[in-house]
Amino acid sequence: MQYTLKDLDIDDVGYVSSLIAGDDIRRRLLDMGLVEGTKVKCVLKSPAGDPVAYNIRGAVVAIRNEDSEKILLKLNM
Amino acid sequence: MGLTKNSTGIKSVDNGFVVTKNNETDKIVALAGNPNVGKSTVFNSLTGLKQHTGNWPGKTVTNAFGTCKYNEKDYILVDIPGTYSLMAHSKEEEVARDFICFGNADKVIVVCDATCLERNLNLVLQTTEIKNNVIVCVNLMDEAKRKGIEIDLDKLQSILGVPVVGTDASKGRGLTDLLDKIETINTNPFTVRYVKPIEEALNKITNMLKNKIEDTELNLRWIGLKLLDYDEELVSNISKYVGYDLDKDADFIRVRDNLAKKGYCGQKLTDAIVSCIVLTAEDICNETVVYSNTKYTKKDRKIDKILTSRITGIPVMLLLLGVVLWITIVGSNYISDYLSVALFWVEDMLVKFFVYINAPRTLYEVLVFGVYRVLAWVVSVMLPPMAIFFPLFTLLEDLGYLPRIAFNLDKSFRKCNACGKQALTMCMGFGCNAAGVVGCRIIDSPRERLIAMITNSFVPCNGRFPTLISIITMFLVCYVPDGLKSVSGAILLTLFILFGIMMTFFVSFILSKTVLKGEVSAFTLELPPYRKPKIGRIIVTSIIDRTLFVLGRAVAVAAPAGLIIWVLANVSVGGTSLLLYCSNFLDPFARLMGMDGVILFAFILGFPANEIVIPIIIMSYMSTGTLINITDLSVLRDLLVSNGWTWVTAISVMFFSLMHWPCSTTLMTIKKESGSIKWTVLSAVVPTLCGFAVCFLLNVVVTLLLIL
Repeated sequence: MQYTLKDLDIDDVGYVSSLIAGDDIRRRLLDMGLVEGTKVKCVLKSPAGDPVAYNIRGAVVAIRNEDSEKILLKLNM
Repeated sequence: MGLTKNSTGIKSVDNGFVVTKNNETDKIVALAGNPNVGKSTVFNSLTGLKQHTGNWPGKTVTNAFGTCKYNEKDYILVDIPGTYSLMAHSKEEEVARDFICFGNADKVIVVCDATCLERNLNLVLQTTEIKNNVIVCVNLMDEAKRKGIEIDLDKLQSILGVPVVGTDASKGRGLTDLLDKIETINTNPFTVRYVKPIEEALNKITNMLKNKIEDTELNLRWIGLKLLDYDEELVSNISKYVGYDLDKDADFIRVRDNLAKKGYCGQKLTDAIVSCIVLTAEDICNETVVYSNTKYTKKDRKIDKILTSRITGIPVMLLLLGVVLWITIVGSNYISDYLSVALFWVEDMLVKFFVYINAPRTLYEVLVFGVYRVLAWVVSVMLPPMAIFFPLFTLLEDLGYLPRIAFNLDKSFRKCNACGKQALTMCMGFGCNAAGVVGCRIIDSPRERLIAMITNSFVPCNGRFPTLISIITMFLVCYVPDGLKSVSGAILLTLFILFGIMMTFFVSFILSKTVLKGEVSAFTLELPPYRKPKIGRIIVTSIIDRTLFVLGRAVAVAAPAGLIIWVLANVSVGGTSLLLYCSNFLDPFARLMGMDGVILFAFILGFPANEIVIPIIIMSYMSTGTLINITDLSVLRDLLVSNGWTWVTAISVMFFSLMHWPCSTTLMTIKKESGSIKWTVLSAVVPTLCGFAVCFLLNVVVTLLLIL
């Protein structure tokens, strides 16, 4: 099964395998350092369960579920 | 949330990116950096200016200027908006990039967050690519040390090939080192190496540029990169800057096409370029940063669990809002009492003085009962809530709470097809709607930005919420037992503000389904680490800054308004004063909304500044009746009641104050930010219609209930 960032539960860790997001979000995610192989950890869910915050390269960044499901993950390096 | 005298009101309007020097020898130094790395703190420490600082990304949205003298040399510092990248995805990134590329800065200091160096280096590498004038300032060294992060600054400097200075701007540490480095000349800055096909194309294009472009400060390699990863607007700007039309040159197009044949074009090319930069930053960090304590974020996550969890997130948010408002109401009652006694004592003295020097009666009546009295009202009723609200709000801001509000509320904004960052612009709106409108630049999508701009005035700004507080105190909690007055007042005010927030959601939703239809854009929001606020500094700067600002504005707007009111009230045509003519004209219409002509006229006169609405109402009533000395709100209440006010009038005025045309400064800012008359007019019409509708409905319902 293909995992996406959205599938991570709190404290789960994954590694970015590719971004299938469109231009707009893609660039933003790349700026945050989300390139292939980047380690991501799910750290916080908002009251509504969306958006969810992830630890990306030392910073905590909130991303909406509709965007995070466009980030494909590997669970191991 | 740039709420200072430099960022609110008319000065919030941005003025482009060419800085004028006072002297030929002056040096211009730009401060760049990721959002929320303490850039404004560095700026303030260097310049002694009170550029507002706060713990959330996107606080500085316009270029701020300041000067600094060091070793007999004058430096002009420019604080440019924080950005993650210079790829210009958003308006603030465009401002930052254009200033670095085409502004006349002699040096660019890239301020980095030591606790998150890797992501920050991404911007450093993008900046060193553009021009060879970069200094790296690694700020927040103390915080990093506490979190067990060790950075080898010497090694970082030797790798990057540009000066690297470690600082702790809030304590003033390292800043003289930083200033020393401004005079150094960079010799051999680091070059990001891209994957082979890109690197080959880049070398080819750079060599071509060497023959076509004469001496420029821009790195040719970077121009080459932008010609490959083509950005039409930027390339045409570069063409203008270097004086050579890059677009018309077929040589470049050939290289680009060649690269495309190898599979590197469009998105894939951009991805490859960004990936190379990110991975280079990672490599540099692996060599220079050591993490000795990996558990350092645990405490932050514990606080986050309380402030953003499913069960406690929203209740805690409401509670905090309520508590802030409660302290504001209680505190301002005390200050108001003292101030009004003092100010009306001064009024008596002024009258006595004028009588003593035998000044003509009309003259001193104009000055004292016109100009002075409106001023006194603005100061005694409007100032105290602001002076208390601001330090409290700044406290939450410095702690890093505001981005959590956006995090909590994003889902609701998403349902309205809007952006969660709108919550941040609304927070700014509490201070000043004009500042809130400028703050909308943190929203990338133009459609969502317009929604945020048009609905910003549904948040009561500092000019309006003292109006709400005084009316609540006079009319809504007057029958409550003394001990419960302030608590019930705070609850009512919170409910009122929540109503404004509901209207924001409602109108945002309607806008996104009608005139501003479109897809929701992607959303990323950084949640910064919690930081200990510097309480002493908050109190001093927000009180002094706010007090001076409000006093200045009171003089500028309230004084002439007082003059106009006095003249209108005292110049009669055919036995009726001009004021009466105006208010009688408006009266039938105002009655539909449960108000009277005087009130509506005051709202119209209050167009330049909402602070003066209540003072004008009082002035108008007093000018038609007997003059009384008003020392506290209960006397004021009697005055209003004797002019026909009931609780229905009070609530109607509150609703209308919450929802009517934004003040002139806000509208001017919307015009400037949206560049369109259409959206400006809509921003005035939408809240006004909402106000009309709500007040009208309220009065129909109340009238029906009374008949039944």
